[in-house]
Amino acid sequence: MITLQPLRWGKPYESMEIKDVVHFDTGEPIAKFGSVGGGIVARDMKQAHKARAALLKHSTDELIAMSKKAAELFETAELPVGDSMQSVDQFVHQQSASTGLPEHMCRSNLKKNSFVLSHIDEILDCLTRGLDLDILSKGYGEEGRGVIVSYQAQTPVLGAILPNNSPGVHTLWLPAIPLQIGLALKPGSQEPWTPYRMVSAFIQAGVPAEAFGLYPGGHDAGGAIMTKTPRSMIFGSAETVAQHAGNPRVQAHGPGWSKILIGDDVVDDWELYLDMMVESVLSNSGRSCINCSGIWASRHTREIAAAIAKRIGPVDVLPPTDDNAQLAAFTVPAMATGTHAMVQQDLAESGVTDMTAEYGDKLIEREHCAYLRPMVVHADSPDRGVAMKEYMFPFVSVVECPQAEMLRRIGPTLVGTVLTRDPELVAAAGACVDIDRVNIGPIPTNRLNWLQPHEGNIIDFLFRSRAYQVADLPVAANA
Amino acid sequence: MSAAQSSIPEDVAKSASDARDRLNEHTLKIVHWHFSEDTGSPFWLEKKSELGFAPLKDVKSFDDLKKFPHFEDEWLRGGPIQRWIPKGHAGKPVYVFETGGTTGIPKSRMVIEDHWKDYELFSDTLPDEHFPRGSNWLMLGPSGPRRLRLAVEHLAQHRGGICFCIDLDPRWVVKLIKKGWMEHLEEYKKHCIDQAVTVLTAGHDIKCMFATPKLLESLGEALEDRGTSLQEVGIKGIFSGGTEFTPQWTRFCVEELLGGPVEEGGVYMTPTYGNTLMGLACSKPVTAADGYKISYYAPQPRAVTEVVSFDDYNQVVGFGETGRVKLYTLTDEFFVPGFMERDEGEREAPFDMYPWDGVSGVRPFHELASATTVGVY
Repeated sequence: MITLQPLRWGKPYESMEIKDVVHFDTGEPIAKFGSVGGGIVARDMKQAHKARAALLKHSTDELIAMSKKAAELFETAELPVGDSMQSVDQFVHQQSASTGLPEHMCRSNLKKNSFVLSHIDEILDCLTRGLDLDILSKGYGEEGRGVIVSYQAQTPVLGAILPNNSPGVHTLWLPAIPLQIGLALKPGSQEPWTPYRMVSAFIQAGVPAEAFGLYPGGHDAGGAIMTKTPRSMIFGSAETVAQHAGNPRVQAHGPGWSKILIGDDVVDDWELYLDMMVESVLSNSGRSCINCSGIWASRHTREIAAAIAKRIGPVDVLPPTDDNAQLAAFTVPAMATGTHAMVQQDLAESGVTDMTAEYGDKLIEREHCAYLRPMVVHADSPDRGVAMKEYMFPFVSVVECPQAEMLRRIGPTLVGTVLTRDPELVAAAGACVDIDRVNIGPIPTNRLNWLQPHEGNIIDFLFRSRAYQVADLPVAANA
Repeated sequence: MSAAQSSIPEDVAKSASDARDRLNEHTLKIVHWHFSEDTGSPFWLEKKSELGFAPLKDVKSFDDLKKFPHFEDEWLRGGPIQRWIPKGHAGKPVYVFETGGTTGIPKSRMVIEDHWKDYELFSDTLPDEHFPRGSNWLMLGPSGPRRLRLAVEHLAQHRGGICFCIDLDPRWVVKLIKKGWMEHLEEYKKHCIDQAVTVLTAGHDIKCMFATPKLLESLGEALEDRGTSLQEVGIKGIFSGGTEFTPQWTRFCVEELLGGPVEEGGVYMTPTYGNTLMGLACSKPVTAADGYKISYYAPQPRAVTEVVSFDDYNQVVGFGETGRVKLYTLTDEFFVPGFMERDEGEREAPFDMYPWDGVSGVRPFHELASATTVGVY
């Protein structure tokens, strides 16, 4: 059985605290990982400058080339992971077994992470708006207009408290390495696979091992990473995000409440967008923050809800190895039962209708896991509580709301796909500060253009633009 | 007889048998005290009528304590506190120590001299080489309504030293965590640690200290940030406790915080396990060779720990097997005939220093673990 041990700036550390990673369906241990406490993390963070120093020995061009090589290795090679060699198939199988995601979804997340890394040069070029990356290395430089620009690294390493069951989010920390910023990662207890495999791929591709810290552990380890690194990202609930709101040291990623807004000018043709809406709701088992949780329109909302329900309502549990499997398991059954209970509360409100009621039981309980089958709910007004809900399974509320009120009432929206040709609505959507990523036109909410920033530009998070003036020193008279 | 039982050396088995005899004898004495009309507490004298048996007649050995219902710590919430004072101690000055209480009514235990006696017994287990008599102490942990400050201070005085104290309010720490005010939490910790560093570097000849694991970790880190260490400021011996202790943490502490194993000149550190109900259980000496395994032994016969089956709390598990920790307190001040701790662990065999059962691998009881906030200070 594979054992994953902590990595302390490239050096494996044999922890005495070994925990099991278990199979979501059988409860059988499939791997072991050693964990560390906050004390070890805190001590290591005192040496974080060495991680950046090791990366600075390589130019950004070299690190970009290594990243591209790492992308290839990550996606195709047998790599040393923990105390074993891991093939791609083993990776997919292990990730599926511990997270409950169907294997084909694990493969697509693998490809997504690899894709981002293999295009990292283009991504950095876009995120920096064409800045010579040497300026980030050196801290300042001449950009071509006769003016010095300076971007100062705000941290030697990026800390990240990674989620348990969402292998797609790892794209967000990948740019750190070619930016010569080290990584201190706390892998999720059920999804240590991507960070371990990715770090192995980076090291095999020639990135100095000293740039990486992997610290599996509890809240204590995560807390230490966040306290001791000047810049960290965390993935969690709405409460987690609220807890770190306004803290410039922390980029908190939580629920997305991503939405599709249909303008009055196109809503009569809603059927043209049905495939796009279904994909936005159902992809990746509805587990991502970029999955659509709300579809807002001023009319036809019942027909829209019924049509989506007809497509996704019958989706049922299939084995994770089945290429047609659309549903991921809740590896903690109580999360499914709790979510189901919350949905029942939502449905109890007047004006809320379960459009998937005719498609059978939603909560499927197994011995070690549980599933929630897709749900489409109609809300006759944005005043209904369900209009603002997002759950970790394919769940969408179709909300009836006058166009004039829509942008004022949607609330935080990570991805907002706006279907309209109305220039006024396009302009208003572009100006709406509640929408982070705006898609004008039929772009599924889950399809991200990686050349654009996601929930803030990582360059702005890791580097600070500032003044840097240089003048020649006068030559002494006796020189 | 299990393999572990059969491997207990004959002399230890003899000592264990003697210890059991003393425990049985002590149990009879304590039950007699607490259930006699002229010496017992109002609480137990009143409870007697609900028991369905006559403690004075029917309790003939320690095992007979299993006739009692499990002690419910809810009984300790709210007053009057006087109902716990044995009549035999009427008129004596009484302390009250509390546990919990972040929200709601804390659990209260009245104490007269038990905390002194517990820590005097504990003192006997501390090696003079590492806890030099006459040297001064630092107490870095919760005070206020907790027992710890007065107990550690008494320990220092009992050993001829003076105790410097830094206060930490765990109820506020729990609130900070629940509110998610992590920056405040860090600042509060820093506030405590800064005071500790100041005391340690102020020429008070402090050689011994108590700290909770988390505070010890932070103190070591703060001293290192200032270019010094626990060793360099003169600390020779530390006892730590109050929150969960793991072999991994102990190893980290020894290897990276205390200057290496004690035999190589590092600072001596001994884990303890205890609470307001029981007193203080000491650890078998912790060594790298033994995988930094931590095994606690209660100060029998004043207190007893058992590791019992998850399915039957009156059934002790075999040596090396896992179960829930059950506590008994048998002093003339306080009587607890079996309290189910919020911890689980493995049953440990007697050995020469403590010829009675111990418990190792103590961790939150798995059925309660998710609801428990551990290691907050």
